Amino acid sequence: MGGPSGDPAIVLRGVTKSFGSLHVLRGVDLDVHRSENVVVLGKSGTGKSVLTKTIVGLLKPDEGTIHVLGQDVTTLRPREMDALRVRIGYSFQHSALYDSMTIAENVAFPLIMNEPKTPRGEVADRVDAALESVGLLNAKPQMPAELSGGQQKRVGIARALILEPEVMLYDEPTAGLDPLTCGEINDLIVQVRESHQTSAIVITHDLASAKHVGDRVAMLIEGQMIGGGTFDELFALDHPQVRSFYAYNFTDQDPT
Amino acid sequence: MIAPGVDRFAVAVYDRALFVARFFLELVRPPWHVRAVIDQCIEVGIRSLPLVSLTGFVIGIVFTKQSRPSLEAFGASSWLPSLITIAIVRALAPLVTALICSGRVGSQIGAELGSMRVTEQIDAMEVSAINPFKYLVFTRTLATTLMVPALTMYCGLIAMAGSFLNITTNEKTSLSAFLWDGFSTISFLDVWSSLAKAIVFGFTIGIISSFQGYHTKGGTQGVGRAANQAVVLSMFAIFIEEALIVQIIGALRAM
Ligand SMILES: Nc1ncnc2c1ncn2[C@@H]1O[C@H](COP(=O)(O)OP(=O)(O)OP(=O)(O)O)[C@@H](O)[C@H]1O
Ligand SMILES: [Mg+2]
Repeated sequence: MGGPSGDPAIVLRGVTKSFGSLHVLRGVDLDVHRSENVVVLGKSGTGKSVLTKTIVGLLKPDEGTIHVLGQDVTTLRPREMDALRVRIGYSFQHSALYDSMTIAENVAFPLIMNEPKTPRGEVADRVDAALESVGLLNAKPQMPAELSGGQQKRVGIARALILEPEVMLYDEPTAGLDPLTCGEINDLIVQVRESHQTSAIVITHDLASAKHVGDRVAMLIEGQMIGGGTFDELFALDHPQVRSFYAYNFTDQDPT
Repeated sequence: MIAPGVDRFAVAVYDRALFVARFFLELVRPPWHVRAVIDQCIEVGIRSLPLVSLTGFVIGIVFTKQSRPSLEAFGASSWLPSLITIAIVRALAPLVTALICSGRVGSQIGAELGSMRVTEQIDAMEVSAINPFKYLVFTRTLATTLMVPALTMYCGLIAMAGSFLNITTNEKTSLSAFLWDGFSTISFLDVWSSLAKAIVFGFTIGIISSFQGYHTKGGTQGVGRAANQAVVLSMFAIFIEEALIVQIIGALRAM
């Protein structure tokens, strides 16, 4: 199925997406190779969430092709799509936890539903391991509404990791987190790649985290990808929006 | 101006037909999420039980009380048990139960699925390769389809109890005489058609409320609108179905 580990995990070519007269994506090209973290930066409202949603098939692109793990997402039948989605983890910008379930049930849900024959003990162990990795083991019996926004986001990441996906899409995993937790999540993203050879797209506003987790960094500007090399290569570009993004992050902010 | 309106109407009808068809497709395809269906049945049953009990009982008493003078005018108050039983079994129990459930359960389903839609919980299921239609819509609709008939029977019994209480205090009729009078006047067709009606009503409440919730757009306001529409449209559909089914049963009776 998956093909040789040499072929890229995600390939986007000329992807466009409009909502009525609002042209959000205007020909996006992007490659993510195996066991590589690609960071996508971009101003609010430029379509970063739209981009990740088209990759996982929640939104259909108007034009262009999207290949994930060698399969064309835009032409897959529902059943094939599900088989592919089991291999993709998606951490939502606003967590999207199931609010009628406890934290433990939230994290266990994808596992129980996709591998119903998994023994109870194994489910419990894997839930513990996933929650441990985001530092929320003792939140297990709580309900999502009882957690802070940042904690909810970490549970969302744990839920996305429970099926040990080959591809991870993190939609702003560190937005709204304090610097300490931010650092922990960054470490987690790096560590997930190291231990499972996961390929990932990490959406973020935060340049420190982009530098920390990104093997390559691109920026979504007016519906197109700029850069795609290393962090320093991107910010060496003479592009006004790239420059102002950099200036804001590193001059207007307190370094502590 | 007419053409786009007609177009939009056709699309709306098509979307709803597809939604209904999908339910029956899922009905013949495992997994059935038995655990979730049972949970939903309990939810629907428990949620409606107090109101169904109270309404059924009150209707039994009041309807008996109101019918007495007309029958007494013909010196036929001994017909009360038969008259009441026919009214309850054929018309009141299914309709009252369905209307109560549209209010209690319909709004619940509309709001619940609506808020799951706007907070991306339904998307979250989809990206986890979980079929949200099966897990959310199918389970709820199956639960209402099963529970509304059960509640209808229960409502009928409670209404009969209310009626008996009124009759026994006024006419001093014994329970066995009341039951004998009542049940000898209703036929199997009455009971079956009443149950069939309740099944149709239950399905209607589940599928319409789910559709409204599942397709919610636009934040908190959208959730409110979905809950509201779930109730209004379910009730509207139930009245239309009632009118149609009465015609069909009438034709069957005449055969
Ligand atoms: N389902 C939708 N229907 C209509 N418009 C949409 C939809 N989803 C997104 N948009 C529009 O697309 C644009 C991009 O949205 P998106 O959520 O991708 O931004 P973003 O880059 O993720 O921003 P942020 O950093 O604030 O999360 C916005 O202008 C938004 O209004
Ligand atoms: Mg976003």
